[in-house]
Amino acid sequence: MNAVLQTHHHYAAEFERNVAELPGAGADWLAELRRGAIDRFAAHGFPGPRDENWKYTRTAPIERRNFTCRSAAGEPLGVDQIQDVLLPNAYQLVFVNGVYRAELSNVSDMPAGVTLSSLAAVLQASPATLEGLLNRHVDQDRHPFAALNTAFVGEGAFIALAANTMLERPIQLLFVTTAAQDGHAAHPRVVVSAGDNSEATLVETHVGLGEAVSFTNLLTEVTLGRNAGLEYYRLQEESVKAFHISAVHVSQEADSRFVSTAISLGAVLSRHDIDVRLAVRGAQCSLNGLYMAAGRQHVDTHTRIDHMAPHCSSSEFYKGVLDGHGRGVFNGKVMVHPHAIKTDARQQNQNLLLSLDAEADTKPELEIYNDDVKCAHGATVGQLDADAVFYLRSRGLDETASRGLLTYAFAAEIINAIKLDAVREHLRAVVLARLPEGEHIKELV
Amino acid sequence: MSDMLSIKNLHANVDGKPILKGINLEIKAGEVHAIMGPNGSGKSTLANVLAGREGYDVTDGTVTFQGKNLLEMEPEERARAGVFLAFQYPVEIPGVSNVYLLKAAVNAARKHRGLPELDAMDFLTLVREKMQLVKMDEQFLYRAVNEGFSGGEKKRNEILQMALLEPALGVLDETDSGLDIDALKIVSDGVNALRGKDRAFVLVTHYQRLLNYVVPDYVHVLANGQIVKSGDRGLALELEKKGYGWIEGATARA
Repeated sequence: MNAVLQTHHHYAAEFERNVAELPGAGADWLAELRRGAIDRFAAHGFPGPRDENWKYTRTAPIERRNFTCRSAAGEPLGVDQIQDVLLPNAYQLVFVNGVYRAELSNVSDMPAGVTLSSLAAVLQASPATLEGLLNRHVDQDRHPFAALNTAFVGEGAFIALAANTMLERPIQLLFVTTAAQDGHAAHPRVVVSAGDNSEATLVETHVGLGEAVSFTNLLTEVTLGRNAGLEYYRLQEESVKAFHISAVHVSQEADSRFVSTAISLGAVLSRHDIDVRLAVRGAQCSLNGLYMAAGRQHVDTHTRIDHMAPHCSSSEFYKGVLDGHGRGVFNGKVMVHPHAIKTDARQQNQNLLLSLDAEADTKPELEIYNDDVKCAHGATVGQLDADAVFYLRSRGLDETASRGLLTYAFAAEIINAIKLDAVREHLRAVVLARLPEGEHIKELV
Repeated sequence: MSDMLSIKNLHANVDGKPILKGINLEIKAGEVHAIMGPNGSGKSTLANVLAGREGYDVTDGTVTFQGKNLLEMEPEERARAGVFLAFQYPVEIPGVSNVYLLKAAVNAARKHRGLPELDAMDFLTLVREKMQLVKMDEQFLYRAVNEGFSGGEKKRNEILQMALLEPALGVLDETDSGLDIDALKIVSDGVNALRGKDRAFVLVTHYQRLLNYVVPDYVHVLANGQIVKSGDRGLALELEKKGYGWIEGATARA
């Protein structure tokens, strides 16, 4: 009990230490928002095993470490060190240990109608811009880490698209964690506001350089106007000692489209929440993802889709590859509200266990409150098909390559569906590199 | 003619249950042997034991392939050394394109023989030539292995693989089952084109019909895990006329 109280005190104390220096500290609404959030977090604390949403994922390893909530900023980092994770032909904001680095970023040639800026800069210069946008639809009681993020809200990105803006080139937000971040926490916030009929592609990349025991607690908020479209990629490739908590909260107006591809490969413990509100008729979302865990990695994905209006559709397709003592969790909740007739909701989760000690926990949850809907869900946990392994071996491929090839083919269903060439090719390379005989398999797929 | 395959007193279990109960068979290069028999007689077990499938436990006897102990070799080593199994039920492998698997298989065999690997261009030339043999359209190259192929297309794909790999020993496990007459002719033409003095075939089949197109040198009847009768093609015709009943009856009495 004491230890728990102490932890809450730890973050409350961290808050007191840092609050005056957070950007936009002078704005009353923001000060209230932050203080309300830390009070909430202190009251609830870290989610415990009795919290149904955290049944399979223990946050004690994060709690116990009492991370410092000030970034280990200022580390020199050259573009050459991040070259292979920078998307070509993209607008970029680069963050090192949670802190925006202008000299590594690229926001030149931004077309009219697009705002892409460091969140801290906006909060500093014109905090009113964000009033009403921050925490717009975030339920902090259900998401304790969102409350913690809100308490320290400061660094991050602000993306706004004026109505009818079509952004051709993708935006990349690159978050780099270096060895210096050991013992430190970062709470980046991304705010995306897409006006009616606007269209954009956003790639969030999280990479670790060097093995830091760090804690990233990211919160992304997306608001899509009428008939707006966002293609969203989130690539989590933190180093294997990192803790990574991230959430995306999306609110969609009529006929808007949100297509998400979430890839989780790194971190010793990672959790990704996607909350989507299909608030107005005709909104659509498609959530796809791939998670891989090996060694002692634990990777958790929670999705929640609220069908709140008629004629909305959602589809989910997640795949997991679990090896070693790795553990994967998938929980997909779809809530169809009483007036949301003609809802079309599909959900699919498939897990591949590569070792005896690997584990997959999968839980589809459908709550349907009207009878004019089409809902389907399915979940599988299985091993490599022995017949397929034998088939490949009988054609002269050795056993390791055969298993690697089939594992890749399993994951490739998600990878091959990625529209953005550079992301798809990057992932192909990264996933192949994780597989034994990856070099050999590369020629076969 | 030299010895290709020598099976002596082969016993094998599946799930602890004895299926093969003392098979003896000598096959020389250039020969085609048909193995016939009723369902459950052990035909497919024999094919799978030769290819090295897991779950088929050899409990007694020996299998010598070109002077080497075949049973000690991994499935991939057997493949590279020149044993090819055409599957009764070819496996669908989503996400792996046919052309890449074919190329990997060919190059694994070439490497084993000390030949240089084929590059993409040379391989394409070769595969196009072999595809004519089984009348396969080039689009099949770029589809996932067997995925969405019809039964006949899958079997033709097996023969294509065999034509590319040029094995010393081809074991065809009920390749003819489920084929219509057109597909059967295509498959048979493919096999006949591969016949030669350095190559041997084991045709495991339930139906005599295949043997009208691929005429075997020897026919063996398998019943209850043993070869109960051997002969030439005339035996197959006799089986067609009389069915398997008289063979099973004969073994039951013996």
